[in-house]
Amino acid sequence: MSMWRVEREEGEDGEAKLAVAEGTSSAPWGAGADLRIVGTPRTRLEGVEKVTGSARYAYDVRLPGQLHAGILRSPHPHARLTRVDTSAAAALPGVHAVISLTDAPDIDWYDESKLFDPTLRFAGDEVAAVAAESEDIVADALRLVVAEYEPLPFAIDIESALAAGAPSIHPGGNIESEKTYERGDVEAGLSAAEVTFDHILTTPTAIHHSLEPHGCTAVWEGGGLTVWESTQSIFDVRQQVAEKLGLDESQVRVIKQHMGGGFGSKQIAWKQTVIAALLAKRAGRPVQLMLDREGESLAVGNRNPTRQRLRVGATRDGTLTAIDVTIHQAIGAHSAGGEGSNTAGLYQTLYRCPNVRTSQTGVYTNTGPAVAFRAPGYVEADFALETAIDDLARQLGMDPLAFRLKNYTGDDQAEDKPFSQPEGLRACYEKGAEAFGWGQTIQQPPAPHRRRGVGIAAHHWVGGAGDPPGYAWVKLNPDGRADVITGTQDIGTGTRTGLAMVAAEELGFTLDQVTLHLGDTALGPYAPVSSGSATLATIGPAIRVAAAEAKAELLTAAAALLEEPVERLSVRDGLIRVAGEPEDRATPVAAVTGSMSPHMIQTQGARGANAEDVSIQTFGMQCAEVEVDTRTGEITVRRVVAAHDCGRIINPTAVDSQVIGGVTQGIGFALTEERVIDAKTGIVLNANLEEYKLPTVSDIPAIENVHVGIPDLRANAMGSKGIGEPPHIPTAPAIANAVFDAIGIRFYDLPLTRSRVLDALAAREHGGETG
Amino acid sequence: MAGLGQNVQLTINGTPHDLVVEPRRTLLDALRDDLALTGTKKVCDMGNCGACTVLVDGRAMYSCLLLAVDCDEMSVTTIEGLGREGELDPVQRAFIEADAFQCGFCTPGQIMSLRGLLDADSAPDDDQIERAVTGNLCRCGAYLHIIDAGRRAVALNREATPEGVRDVHVAG
Repeated sequence: MSMWRVEREEGEDGEAKLAVAEGTSSAPWGAGADLRIVGTPRTRLEGVEKVTGSARYAYDVRLPGQLHAGILRSPHPHARLTRVDTSAAAALPGVHAVISLTDAPDIDWYDESKLFDPTLRFAGDEVAAVAAESEDIVADALRLVVAEYEPLPFAIDIESALAAGAPSIHPGGNIESEKTYERGDVEAGLSAAEVTFDHILTTPTAIHHSLEPHGCTAVWEGGGLTVWESTQSIFDVRQQVAEKLGLDESQVRVIKQHMGGGFGSKQIAWKQTVIAALLAKRAGRPVQLMLDREGESLAVGNRNPTRQRLRVGATRDGTLTAIDVTIHQAIGAHSAGGEGSNTAGLYQTLYRCPNVRTSQTGVYTNTGPAVAFRAPGYVEADFALETAIDDLARQLGMDPLAFRLKNYTGDDQAEDKPFSQPEGLRACYEKGAEAFGWGQTIQQPPAPHRRRGVGIAAHHWVGGAGDPPGYAWVKLNPDGRADVITGTQDIGTGTRTGLAMVAAEELGFTLDQVTLHLGDTALGPYAPVSSGSATLATIGPAIRVAAAEAKAELLTAAAALLEEPVERLSVRDGLIRVAGEPEDRATPVAAVTGSMSPHMIQTQGARGANAEDVSIQTFGMQCAEVEVDTRTGEITVRRVVAAHDCGRIINPTAVDSQVIGGVTQGIGFALTEERVIDAKTGIVLNANLEEYKLPTVSDIPAIENVHVGIPDLRANAMGSKGIGEPPHIPTAPAIANAVFDAIGIRFYDLPLTRSRVLDALAAREHGGETG
Repeated sequence: MAGLGQNVQLTINGTPHDLVVEPRRTLLDALRDDLALTGTKKVCDMGNCGACTVLVDGRAMYSCLLLAVDCDEMSVTTIEGLGREGELDPVQRAFIEADAFQCGFCTPGQIMSLRGLLDADSAPDDDQIERAVTGNLCRCGAYLHIIDAGRRAVALNREATPEGVRDVHVAG
């Protein structure tokens, strides 16, 4: 039985809450553990479905009578909706339901807004929606909606939102949140510094651009609502949709089997899900409401742009004396919720430094709401801090890697406790540097306008540890196969396969004896949002507990069947073995489970608490080599070596794919990706995949993932931590530092577009002539 | 406007289908909505991403940029039409082996682009493989593995294609 304890606690608001402690510890999978499946490369269990087109995404649900739906969006960045008339749209043949401010239920949304609000706060804000028999009729009907607007003054960026006399985006002003942190004496540290870095750095608004847009298919059935949602969190969507619609959570079922990308943007119930449910109710038919690419670009999340004033100091011997950063980040028109963007966190933790001050201010702007995007905050901070570290190392004439090692820490100074794996980052440095050939001279091409350089950047990440609660069930079928059931979701990362491997390992089964079920709130136990690189480390331990109990019961049954003492029995490779007996006398699991049929072995496991005396973090470093064409300003990334500490590697195949994917996205963030807004009109100019520049196959260099793979047994008994977000963090600064190495120009603003590079080269030339 | 239906015959994966569609209906919407062939994905709907790639008379095309009425009497192969008798197409096998996808949403389009390439040239080099999928975006960033899958597919395709047939399309 799992441990289970419950205590009454007073909540902050004075209300009673129950604190639950649960979970059973499993035997640690140490470095020498005899593992037969975990650690071996495996292709994805859902591979056949994905390559045959039979994997059913939210967009692919086809129900009898299903309608299509679409949303009319505000063309103004800030406006009052003075009139909306949907009567002509409603009268169009083929239209079955419309909804707008005039007839929508009063549902609170975001911090101080409504599902349909008379004040529109960004270009793309929801004005009306229509459900009809085809997408073409939806488009016709949306054109027939009459909407009149009174445009209001607007602020689309940090500077204009904070300027004196700026239009107020919310009644309380344009400051969304302020967080400060301080240790030591930063001013004294800066005074003691012999070299300093003091610059303002900026990072752009990046759009997630999951290829499957946000959206769902909603149908009312059986006294409740079923939603096939493209989401990273079926249980959060269930809770939020129920709350918005005034339903019990049990009346809402959320299903997600496959999802075409999320990257952080699909953690919450967005408006379109509730709109789809309301349209389906009015039409009396299922409604599919998937956003078009413009809506996807405008209204359902982005990486917050930042402006970071950063001061860092060091002494001659390369010891950091102070880090002082003032961060402003534009969170858009609303606080959307979900995982926060803790840009300050990296500054507090990555290097040993006694004097650190961080200030982080969230600023409202008349732009689409920001939401977590793969390592939110850390990607932005790492560009700035790792630029500064590279600059200080060069000022000191030190190797940038040696400078980092000089300021290494095995302690989480913000939490005042050691890291669960204090040597994790050092192992990344050593293995990554060796694989890259760090310190070796690179060959320059003969043409003088083509200059090559190398750069390095490190990071830590606050995620990857996993947390309770999270549950798993195991049932052993008469045929000797195991169903492993969780309420988590595979967001494309390989969760199905990784968790099935954990289950098979613990059961002693082969991988094909395990079927992993997930993604349905009605059929599986609770699991939290798949964010923070936490899914494997949250659900894996719960599966181990459930599987260990199932195995124990299986062996008890086998002992009765075989008339052997249970101590002599074990399961390996899907066969039950008797100690000392020859291999060929092993008994198939099915012989035992079949003999007890229709009785079945069914167990459950819960995720236990994390150790409190350590800080569980993930770490990594990347080295990049670039070539800069000083005639065109084009930066070509030639190769990237990545080394990340994610503890024990469960499936090397999936980890490699995560790392090359994170680096690939990082190349986009470094070089091309940026939402562009026209300052005069507040309109997004590149709300599509034509002008928002994602990396293509031709932009990708050789990417090598160096497996670090040290089990982190203080983190959990698997020794594994998440790898989803980390590989996206250090790519941009590694590239920017390599560009400096190539052409000697330091860039403080991303992305490193050709025009930016050419402008900088021209400025240097001009400066050289006049100076 | 609604109601202006036009007859069109599409041969999809070898089976003729008689449809009545509005002239503005794209081949993509006809596949996904009229025929429930949802393996072909809708992402940008304006020819930027390649997720909707199908073979039209043997050539890889963006189905979001084709009107269904313009495909009258043409032969269309979708992802559902690859492989036969429960056997995966070599390109499909290569994608699984190379782990050439994560979320899988771009995968049908990537596979159709490479199938189109291999049908035209059974022994493409790396540049040709890359060029075949330059119009297929992958947001998960599986490009390196997609190129690897392309290489593997060439080899698997050779094994799967009977001797004498495989070099028919090779130029020169």
